[in-house]
Amino acid sequence: MRDGSTGFLTTRLEQFISWGRKNALWPLPFGTSCCGIEMMSTLAADYDISRFGAEVVRFSPRQSDLLIVAGIVNLKMAPVLRMIYDQMSDPKWVISMGSCASSGNGLFDSYCVLKGIDTVIPVDVYVPGCPPNPENLLHGLLGLQEKISRGDTHAQRRQRA
Amino acid sequence: MSDTKYKSVLNRDPDDLWEDSRAIVNIGPIHPAMHGAFRLVAKLNGETIENSYGEFGYTHRAKEKMGENRTYHQYIVYTDRMNYVSAMINNTVYAMAVERLMGIEVPERTIWIRMVCSEMARVIDHLVCVGINAVDIGAFSYFLYGFHEREEAYTLIERLCGSRLTTSFTRIGGLMADAPEGWEKDVKAWVKRTRKTIDEMDRLLTMNRIWQKRTIGVGVITKEQCIEYGFSGPNARGSGLDVDLRRDQPCMFYKDVEFDVPYAKEGDIFSRYLVRIEEIRQSLNIITQCADRIKPGPIWCEDKRVRIPDKDVVYNTMEGMIHHFKFFMTGFEVPAGETYTQFEAANGEFGFYIVSKGSSKAHRMRVRGPSFWHFQALPLMVRGLKVADMVATFGSINVIAGEIDR
Amino acid sequence: MEITDIRNYVPTTFGDWVPKFGELWKAQISTLRHRFGDDILEARMPPEYPTDVPIIYVKKESILNVLSFMKTDSAFEYNFLSDLTATDESVEPRFELVYNLFSTTKLVRIRLKVRLRDDEEAATAMAVWPGANWAEREIFDMFGIKFAGHPDLRRILMDIRYVGHPLRKDFPLKAYQIFTEPELADPALLDG
Repeated sequence: MRDGSTGFLTTRLEQFISWGRKNALWPLPFGTSCCGIEMMSTLAADYDISRFGAEVVRFSPRQSDLLIVAGIVNLKMAPVLRMIYDQMSDPKWVISMGSCASSGNGLFDSYCVLKGIDTVIPVDVYVPGCPPNPENLLHGLLGLQEKISRGDTHAQRRQRA
Repeated sequence: MSDTKYKSVLNRDPDDLWEDSRAIVNIGPIHPAMHGAFRLVAKLNGETIENSYGEFGYTHRAKEKMGENRTYHQYIVYTDRMNYVSAMINNTVYAMAVERLMGIEVPERTIWIRMVCSEMARVIDHLVCVGINAVDIGAFSYFLYGFHEREEAYTLIERLCGSRLTTSFTRIGGLMADAPEGWEKDVKAWVKRTRKTIDEMDRLLTMNRIWQKRTIGVGVITKEQCIEYGFSGPNARGSGLDVDLRRDQPCMFYKDVEFDVPYAKEGDIFSRYLVRIEEIRQSLNIITQCADRIKPGPIWCEDKRVRIPDKDVVYNTMEGMIHHFKFFMTGFEVPAGETYTQFEAANGEFGFYIVSKGSSKAHRMRVRGPSFWHFQALPLMVRGLKVADMVATFGSINVIAGEIDR
Repeated sequence: MEITDIRNYVPTTFGDWVPKFGELWKAQISTLRHRFGDDILEARMPPEYPTDVPIIYVKKESILNVLSFMKTDSAFEYNFLSDLTATDESVEPRFELVYNLFSTTKLVRIRLKVRLRDDEEAATAMAVWPGANWAEREIFDMFGIKFAGHPDLRRILMDIRYVGHPLRKDFPLKAYQIFTEPELADPALLDG
């Protein structure tokens, strides 16, 4: 209803902002092991993540809004991951890339591996695979973009609440 | 302006200028200069590194404990996540170690395919190493050349085993699957293209003045220090330690192929770079020779202990079904004994020290990763250098996190 | 249909090293026995004992002498420490230190072992090879074996606050210890 009420304006504005956000994700690559190498392939020429507007890689958590956790996170690394997540400014999104980050993979029952990073930080998109192909990571990125435009991510829910 | 007025300033030792500006800087564990999850704490005087120490363990995955809790067959998948850039070599070394414990001879075709795969993995590893090292120093486009050929190589490996990075291709006594028809031809075509690319990369960077100024005489390690600190592979050969286990301790069919072992004497970043580039060329030569010799034949050894039963037998006979079940549930028993099997991996001597007590699980599974020993000498190499040179040195010794932490 | 028997025994040959280096190894071991006498406890040769290179058991007190002799003497020249690790045998003497040596001139390998009881300290090999530093730290981290005279015996792979030594046989695989604060840098390590 185009009656000029404030509700109309804010809704459309929110949509507009999330449209902008989803097409300009600045990733922080948290690459620890094998998945980090596949993430590098995704950033390089053949797969070229810049087609989806996410090529501005920033290694400072203050400048980035998408945390790609690529690879295993163990108990020594877990507090570091939490710290980096806390340093990022809202709204922020997290992709958990690979089985190790999502669940601990074949090492889940060992003495030093975290059983999925979602025990430490909230995760928006899980990308399966060991390691996932670059295509899979791109698919995960597209899924995240869709979630952002729906307003369905952890950060956006936090903002509304 | 009289000279006397400024004499005290002009004669001052440049180091005194920074006397009170000592700072402690923590780099890592997540930092673009650290390839993987490492941490380097350095005491700086101005921008010069006075002292530093490295720390790791941020990707420790209990691989050695897993070796004692998984059967020999199950452990194959854990081996390729050690040096994940050249996973095929890890698979091959592990299979060789267990085969040596069990006294198994694998068929010729298998060995030739394993050799092609190992050399392809070596090319990939060196391309990644020199590419990333160049990115650290600022030559970004160089990295893209290498990465394109790397993607092509991954396509070939994908045809072989369905996976790009973590291949798990070898089995004890054989291979996961036979090479598809015409695969050797495609490999040879890839070799031809890669040779051109390597020449192009060579022209692009080697004589570049900025590259030379950043790398010549930086991050030096001498031959004596290499021996003291357990250096091996291209890093040791960059310092003049002329040891290559493929030539000096030949396993598989390395006796039957011709190749040269390049080495340099200076021990700086530039000589390590030159050694790696030349090694890529030699590996390409080996691949061509091996691809010519792949003849049709069996890929599995005749030993019934380790041979995975054919699906035809499993689905149609009771004995085959039981064998299949026993194989995957309890594993095969390896006779008691111990071996330290090593091979020239892309970074140096990669070895498995396996102690078996006669059960289907190892008593001790020790992995010797070359990067563990290389990273140890980094504080020695970067003392007195600038922070930016530390980044270049770190890239040039090609430290892989998975190999150190295991 | 042939019946698959998985229990037929195949004798192990361990590659082609025994015909190549067998005589050299025998000469070296007799030299060692002659020079060090009772400090050489036992020597296990490849064809009789299932191993790929000879294993020489050395007394704990004299391991440094043997190592530095084998590194420098012209008949040995095992100048390269390939690997340094330990095993847990679960019975006393509980631990075995394993030194895998390689000669970059003669291109031959050999293995030295030292038996240790649970409460015993080993001697550090850093005087012979400075590069043994981290390998010994890893052994301390994983097995809890202390090295007398080691300058910096800290945990290396696990967090410094971790309790227990994971690669001991009585350590459970699933022991799980969670830390909420990251490990901090220690400026004291940078002095000197």
